[in-house]
Amino acid sequence: MKKKILVFALAAAMTLTALTGCSGKQSGTVSTDGSTSMQEVISVLGEAFMQDNSGISFTYNPTGSGSGIKAVQEGRCDIGLSSRNLKEDEKAGGLTETVLAYDGIAIIVNPENPVSDLTLEEIASIFIGEITNWSEIGGNDAQIVLIGREAGSGTRDGFESITGTEDSCKYRQELTSTGDVITTVSSNPDAIGYASLASVKDSVKAVSVDGIIPGEGTVKDGSYVVQRPFVLVTKTDVKLSDAAQKFFDFVTSDDAVELIASAGVVAAK
Amino acid sequence: MKNKKQFLEIVIHGVFLILGLITVGCVLLITVYLIISGIPAIHKIGLFKFLFGTKWASTAAVPAFGILPFILTSIYGTAGAILLGVPIGFLTAVYLAKMAPPKMRAVVTSAVSLLAGIPSVVYGLVGMLVLVPGIRALFHIPDGASLLAAIIVLAIMILPSIINVSITALEAVPKEYEDASLALGATPVETYLKVSVPAAKSGIAAAVVLGVGRAIGEAMAVMMVSGNAPNMPSLYESVRFLTTAVASEMSYSEGLQRQALFSIALVLFLFIMLINATLNFFLKRSKEG
Repeated sequence: MKKKILVFALAAAMTLTALTGCSGKQSGTVSTDGSTSMQEVISVLGEAFMQDNSGISFTYNPTGSGSGIKAVQEGRCDIGLSSRNLKEDEKAGGLTETVLAYDGIAIIVNPENPVSDLTLEEIASIFIGEITNWSEIGGNDAQIVLIGREAGSGTRDGFESITGTEDSCKYRQELTSTGDVITTVSSNPDAIGYASLASVKDSVKAVSVDGIIPGEGTVKDGSYVVQRPFVLVTKTDVKLSDAAQKFFDFVTSDDAVELIASAGVVAAK
Repeated sequence: MKNKKQFLEIVIHGVFLILGLITVGCVLLITVYLIISGIPAIHKIGLFKFLFGTKWASTAAVPAFGILPFILTSIYGTAGAILLGVPIGFLTAVYLAKMAPPKMRAVVTSAVSLLAGIPSVVYGLVGMLVLVPGIRALFHIPDGASLLAAIIVLAIMILPSIINVSITALEAVPKEYEDASLALGATPVETYLKVSVPAAKSGIAAAVVLGVGRAIGEAMAVMMVSGNAPNMPSLYESVRFLTTAVASEMSYSEGLQRQALFSIALVLFLFIMLINATLNFFLKRSKEG
């Protein structure tokens, strides 16, 4: 009889430890979905978050800003990622935006191109086809080749709304990724394009705009004007799961500032 | 015992039937889905405006959804690829089926199979990094991404289908025809071109139609070399095909834009149905003939 009680007590003790063990360890998932431009920054954040919180798995689905916003609206993910501000009707539809970071959009040309500074007006005139030859703005006598992104891309939307060239850009090529734009500009000496500042490599040259060189400092203080927000989209009246809330708190905390900077964008905080 | 056997037979028949129906089910599902999701945009935009509109600006403040540039580009691009690819592919097939020594034949045939196995994204990549800058330098145009680049890539991509189907057709020509021709004093080349080829013409026509089908349905490779601007087709200009119109905008699309992309897919689907029907017609004739 005594033996039986002992066994029971042991079993109970073990169950208890097991239970406390369970509650000490977190579990759950955080799913994010959206902007392909945010891939670099969100991957860095996700990795750091998973390292600190073993047991929570973090996923990112690179579908595009529009798809990400739709996904969070339909409850297919916890946090939507958008590289543009929410539209009024999207906010009215029960979504809230939190600016995570600012991304500068670099205007890129081939390294062989002698032009290295343009004004915002010149950039607009180039992309709507009023300036068609590099010699008009101090370059070689060659026709300007405009490289852009496909309709619906967050980068295109950002660039066109900042330069005021919506729906009137005369693109020679409409490519479907930032990498394609950079590759194409680097292989054509007369090309000009735009790409997220974080992904610009040495194979292309980012021109200064109104004399301001694109960079972390100039994006953050607002002096470099071609920039756009990276936004976290959540549902206004639905509480995030514990895991997702933890992730949200982490990325908007001071600890994340450096990580965000390491991805080449400027934290909003 | 006999009953058990019969029962087993029925069960196996059932299993085969179900497996067969899976394919049919998939086709039906896709067809119905495409029609259901493709019709609303056409209805909203108007059939005539959609098919014959020359301006595509899907995200503009006043959007325009005219897909004539895409339809024409797909037709021109495919025609160009056929014009370039069929003579090369056809003559290669004649050489391989009738003239090549066995060793040579083995080498070329495996090269053709290898060409068929290369993923389309690789064609696109090589086209983007080699062909596009090449065309730019050769023709002195500002940018090499153009209809011409797409035609060249497509022509190479359809070669394996044309060669393989043509070889099969040429080999099916009864040997007696050729023997008779040779016995009458015709040279081998005369025999191949005037006897074998006419006898295999239905099969060769099927090869061409198959090439058309492959060319019109290709998206990845042409997306990487054609520039993707929705212009009316012109050889040295950046153009957008029916396939690339769907592929390039789908990821960020919403609302009417997305519906219109489904409508484009529906148009493409109808084109391919038409091509398949033509293919079946030729294949049937080649069997009968």
